[in-house]
Amino acid sequence: MSASPLIEISDLRIRFHGDDGRVTHAVDGVDLSVANGATLGLVGESGCGKSVTSLAIMGLLPKQSAEISGAIRFDGFDLLTTPDETLRDLRGNRLAMIFQEPMTSLNPSFTIGDQIIETILRHRGGSRKSARERAIELLRRVHIPSPERRIDEYPHKLSGGMRQRVMIAMALACDPRLLIADEPTTALDVTLQAQILELMRELKAASGAAIILITHDLGVVAEVCDEVAVMYAGEIVERAPVDELFSAPQHPYTVGLLGSIPRLDHRAEQLATIEGMVPNMAQPPAGCRFAARCPFMLDACTKAPPPLVEISPGHLSRCIRAPLEPLVS
Amino acid sequence: MTALLEVESLVKHFVAERSLFGRALAHVKAVDGVSFSLEAGKTLALVGESGCGKSTVSRLVLRLIEPDAGKIRFGGRDLLSLDAGGLRAFRREAQIIFQDPYASLNPRMTVGQILTEPLVLHDLVPAARRAARVAELLRLVGLEPRLARRYPHEFSGGQRQRIAIARALAVEPKLIICDEPVSALDVSIRSQILNLLRTLQDRLGLAYIFVSHDLAVVKHIADHVAVMNLGQIVETAEADALFAAPRHPYSRALLSAIPVPKPRAKSSRIVLQGEIPSALNPPTGCRFHTRCPYVIERCRTQMPQLVPDGTGHATACHRTSELPSSAAIVPSDGGFSPVLEKLVAAFSSGPEAARSGGVSS
Repeated sequence: MSASPLIEISDLRIRFHGDDGRVTHAVDGVDLSVANGATLGLVGESGCGKSVTSLAIMGLLPKQSAEISGAIRFDGFDLLTTPDETLRDLRGNRLAMIFQEPMTSLNPSFTIGDQIIETILRHRGGSRKSARERAIELLRRVHIPSPERRIDEYPHKLSGGMRQRVMIAMALACDPRLLIADEPTTALDVTLQAQILELMRELKAASGAAIILITHDLGVVAEVCDEVAVMYAGEIVERAPVDELFSAPQHPYTVGLLGSIPRLDHRAEQLATIEGMVPNMAQPPAGCRFAARCPFMLDACTKAPPPLVEISPGHLSRCIRAPLEPLVS
Repeated sequence: MTALLEVESLVKHFVAERSLFGRALAHVKAVDGVSFSLEAGKTLALVGESGCGKSTVSRLVLRLIEPDAGKIRFGGRDLLSLDAGGLRAFRREAQIIFQDPYASLNPRMTVGQILTEPLVLHDLVPAARRAARVAELLRLVGLEPRLARRYPHEFSGGQRQRIAIARALAVEPKLIICDEPVSALDVSIRSQILNLLRTLQDRLGLAYIFVSHDLAVVKHIADHVAVMNLGQIVETAEADALFAAPRHPYSRALLSAIPVPKPRAKSSRIVLQGEIPSALNPPTGCRFHTRCPYVIERCRTQMPQLVPDGTGHATACHRTSELPSSAAIVPSDGGFSPVLEKLVAAFSSGPEAARSGGVSS
């Protein structure tokens, strides 16, 4: 890992102003960094702020309703203060993103070739002929069979797995330094998921790009990530190297998540559940946001927001009771 | 023991294309000769990729769509010969819950009305006792009775799925078809619903047909599993036997691809090459032969039959006996450390159980 990270997010805060005057704290003081060539998993459940964070990196949040503060440093830019024109040069070029639903992110009225070629011409210039050759090469790299023929097909002619591969080919068109993948395999069957994960590993090895993988599937995280950040109610509650997160999680929420996945080796009659509900983010609680659902809660937990502290090198937890092991031994 | 549900050689072809004069030109062979049986109080999981016909089977079993051929017997009765009245009575015994609890509840009815409707339709409970029965149903699925006055939009996804389950339970069915019931839910909510389904099965003796593409969930909930590919069952076995050693090459690939929550898990993953063939024009012979790593000439021409081995494990593959051992194919998550196991246990026995199910207003 190199010393200076490729992307460094500090104190990112995102608030949405609703039409009814309510303010929702979607992201609250997030610090993150990803080194060149590393894969960071961003994990959490619906509404925890993981997708909003990625949209902020891409500069895709609506300016009129989203209030953003903090800094996102990438490649010498602060993405939050970069003018739109420069941002457009970065997006699709050095920064790329793939989404969960490939059908809604491909334009149905253009062939897949047109869409990839457009990206290449916009950022790299050159002739249409050479761009087309590059597009065919990209489709081959993502294992689309007979790419010379497929390139002239429309998105509706392709299967779900194939469309997701086209999206990946398009994201890779300009050799991005950072690829954000938002639930890239959630809509796919396990067999296709395996193909896409394999492909992402291959591409990372070949290009050295950094990846931020957003998912709620801890199995997928274990497979492709080097480091993991767990988000809950707009905050990062735990950050750790992948091995440590799965072997010795230090935030109760992470423990609850791990316990709620059915396991293959062990047939439990009942799975662990995290009782209660996510707090209302229009009025986040004063103390720890997970306190109301936490089996290890103390009075102190509800008094003041817990800081994110380093439990062991590289392993951070936002829990005043961490390390957790002594609590049960 | 006689089976609650017996399905024999079920066939359903949908017309995909018609000529100008309405003559069928092409058929999707959604279900093509499917047989299985299910005992009362047990869970059968149907697994397979999108388009394999698992959801169609579940709808055929309820006669929500009519099969082209085959037999369905429920509690010994022939379902396909039932008239409208008989079918209506049958609906009291078999219910279905869907993947999307948002779409399956009428947004203009309160939860109380939603749950009262089946009681009235089937004339189950006298009017005076209906409110009490609704309260009982809500408690059964872990919701507070006072929530009966609220509308579906006031609930979270997990709570809506609980309401859908309560509605299915209203008629005291013997069989519930669960069509991807937890796929749209977050991990922590998913475990709540799975626990609820398990508890209800134990308490009420329900049988489930569980349709899912999430194999870890299937391993957790199912007694018996049928693996489907392009409208046919390619392997069926006790869940434990299947996950210990899948036999059909397709089951092997499917089970080997399960992502497990353990970094650097030892994996002998079989990544299938090629695309899923279309059910519009399925391959000749074995329908898996275009993607099978063990394909031989015979597979391309001759369709293998589902052959039972005498222990309740049946496989439809010409090469079953010649294939390499599959003992290590299903990835292992290795389990938790004892300390982590105890930490997780704190969640299951948490003191906060009473707080569940509340809606913040």
